[in-house]
Amino acid sequence: MDFDDSPAEAEFRTVARRWLDANAPKEFEAALRQAGFGELNLNGIDVLTASKRWQRCKADAGWACPHWPREYGGRGLTPIQQVIWQQEEGVYGRLATPFIVGHGMCGPTLMKHAPEDDRRRYLPPLASGEEIWCQLFSEPGAGSDLAGISTRASADGDGWLVNGQKVWTSFAHLSDFGLLLARTDPSVPKHRGLTMFYVDMHSPGVEVRPIKQANGQSGFNEVFFSDVRIPGRQRLGGVGEGWHVALTTLMNERLAIGSGMTTGFEAMFNWCCSLARSGAPIFDDRAVRTRLATWAARSSGLKYTASRAITALSRGATPGPENSIGKLVAGSTMQEIAEFALGLAGPIGVVSDPQDALDNGRFQAMLLRAPATRLEGGTDEILRNIIGERVLGLPPDIRPDKDIPFNRIPSRGTAAGT
Amino acid sequence: MNLDFSPEQQRLREAARRFLAERCTPLAVRKVLEGDDRLDRGLWRELAELGYLGVAIPEEFGGSGAGYLELCVIAEELGRVLAPVPVSSSTYLATEFLKIGGSPAQQAAYLPKLASGAVIGTFALAEGAGEFVARSLRATVDGGRLTGTKTPVPDGDTADFAIVAAGSANSPGPSLYLVDLRGAGVERRPLATIDPTRGYAELTFRAAPAEPLALGEDGERVLARVLDGAAVLMAFEQLGGADRALESACEYAKERWAFGRPIGSHQAIKHMLADMYVSATLARSNCYYGAWALSTGAEALAEAAACARISATQAFQHCARNNIQAHGGSGFTWAVDCHLYYRRSNLLALSLGGLAPWEDRLIDTLRRRRAATEH
Repeated sequence: MDFDDSPAEAEFRTVARRWLDANAPKEFEAALRQAGFGELNLNGIDVLTASKRWQRCKADAGWACPHWPREYGGRGLTPIQQVIWQQEEGVYGRLATPFIVGHGMCGPTLMKHAPEDDRRRYLPPLASGEEIWCQLFSEPGAGSDLAGISTRASADGDGWLVNGQKVWTSFAHLSDFGLLLARTDPSVPKHRGLTMFYVDMHSPGVEVRPIKQANGQSGFNEVFFSDVRIPGRQRLGGVGEGWHVALTTLMNERLAIGSGMTTGFEAMFNWCCSLARSGAPIFDDRAVRTRLATWAARSSGLKYTASRAITALSRGATPGPENSIGKLVAGSTMQEIAEFALGLAGPIGVVSDPQDALDNGRFQAMLLRAPATRLEGGTDEILRNIIGERVLGLPPDIRPDKDIPFNRIPSRGTAAGT
Repeated sequence: MNLDFSPEQQRLREAARRFLAERCTPLAVRKVLEGDDRLDRGLWRELAELGYLGVAIPEEFGGSGAGYLELCVIAEELGRVLAPVPVSSSTYLATEFLKIGGSPAQQAAYLPKLASGAVIGTFALAEGAGEFVARSLRATVDGGRLTGTKTPVPDGDTADFAIVAAGSANSPGPSLYLVDLRGAGVERRPLATIDPTRGYAELTFRAAPAEPLALGEDGERVLARVLDGAAVLMAFEQLGGADRALESACEYAKERWAFGRPIGSHQAIKHMLADMYVSATLARSNCYYGAWALSTGAEALAEAAACARISATQAFQHCARNNIQAHGGSGFTWAVDCHLYYRRSNLLALSLGGLAPWEDRLIDTLRRRRAATEH
């Protein structure tokens, strides 16, 4: 066992590090390192501008989506080189937040299902951050039960006409394109009547409205489609094969290993080091020690779970459903830590304004953001289903709507009459 | 980056698993549970013959000198089958005290016999209720003679010798002595515990001859280092138990039907099992980190050992308790094996001082590291 790079890996790391040393926007390093769940403040510079500038700089040198093939704007890195790149890019990787959905999910889906012409047209500007993509999957009536979406795409000449509403769409307000899952046939069982498209977000009839989230911020949007026309060539995969295409997208969502979900423990521990109660260090309290030690061991467990996944990756294994564990553990731990930190702070714990709050309001922002972490990209419950069924091999739940046509699935309204 | 066992170590695991599946069946464990002897002497002998007890003992002292990673593998496999043998006392503790703190003469006298299983050693620290490592011990050695009571002592009923922590004439803090439990001035009283598949005893010493092993500050240094190593090894034993308890719960959840379908298809059961998997996975990752630190002599050993100890303890307790829950009423019968895992998980949780001293060790280590980076 060792934590060393192979000679080839070490050589690659040196190349990456050299380039980053010479080019990374060091003026933002401190702010990015400090960044929690509050608004990011980059010395007064607009975050999107800074993000686009860094992404462009990387693209010009071939580091934008380095694990993609060169012809699509990448560098052709192996999975293990990609992990090393992410480790070296470190905090600067946080600047890529507006591109995460495009790079992590839309890009891989295009790569697998779009015709070659489209891949060459769309992937390079997606990699470089010139064009931003979003993912139009969840709806007010279908989240975890994604195959139950009702946004309708009807055949219209050589194209499609889309009507409906999407929700929880991160970065839709900045996006140029969106990956759209829509229902093309309501008369067959729900998984079989779906089709995947990509849509120009500037098309007539697309309306993006920011959602004011429970924490007061607006990272997500709702997107309304009113008679939006999509050309036939913007279909990805066959008609009725949308569920299959969506699964490749969702798989990619879980492959983001090595990026290391934070539990907030380190921030919590650092803050505790400055904390005293009745003149004695907070660590003198047995109950505090027990809670902190449990979270420390859990965070360490997550860190080395990632190390084991990287070990497997470097031996050529494909990451599988077992990687669901990262977000499942980190999300609820972060929530516990935030609640506990506010409790330790005492009466001032309620104050959230960064000017007045302890540690710039970090834990108040974390508390108010944490519920979203447990929902986005697969709820805790969906992740437990994945572990239960695909890792432990337990039988699937009974799904009463699986084999009946979508338009005859009982809903609350129809069931009330029976 | 390589946080996994090597192909040779995997082969050792497979061989150990095959051997134990045949030799250490639940029936064999139950023989100890319901018998008078608190260990399976035949199994202990066979483990020694296979060289398992000596994998981390140098060749010059009768071991194979393979190393700690191999011992981690063996520990995990013994944990899976709840092997009723004094491996933690004799191999993780007594053997390590001799390797790390013993004189060449003590090593030559004891290590070959520990490797061959001819003698069983243990470690006597606790003096009833109270702190794990007390600043002031009541048992003391004066003029080479030990007087005092140690209780509970794991495997104290069968061990041939003990490393005893006791105060000395110069200092009440823990110094380490080697005491022949078959010699004069030693009285043993076996204790019934929550897990009868392992032995415990109260040892009373009345001017028993005690040979110094490591005294004063040296004793404290040796003690800390050996306990860190033992925590990693015991964590592997707990990990093996946790994994087996999880497997047992999954097997049952697929076989048992209720409300017209396998109970494992109900989310109440499925999510409980998923959470057990999460605990066991976090424990496994921390254990591997601990194995790396132990085998390389890394400075991170204290932190890694504490993380492994805490998460493996939590995982084994979590999996063993919910294994009974998944089995329902049958899980609470004497005939079904669930209680064996439940008992062992709680016995091991309370070994090495329970969780509190490891929480302290982890927090203190993190504080020191932070202070060091600040200056």
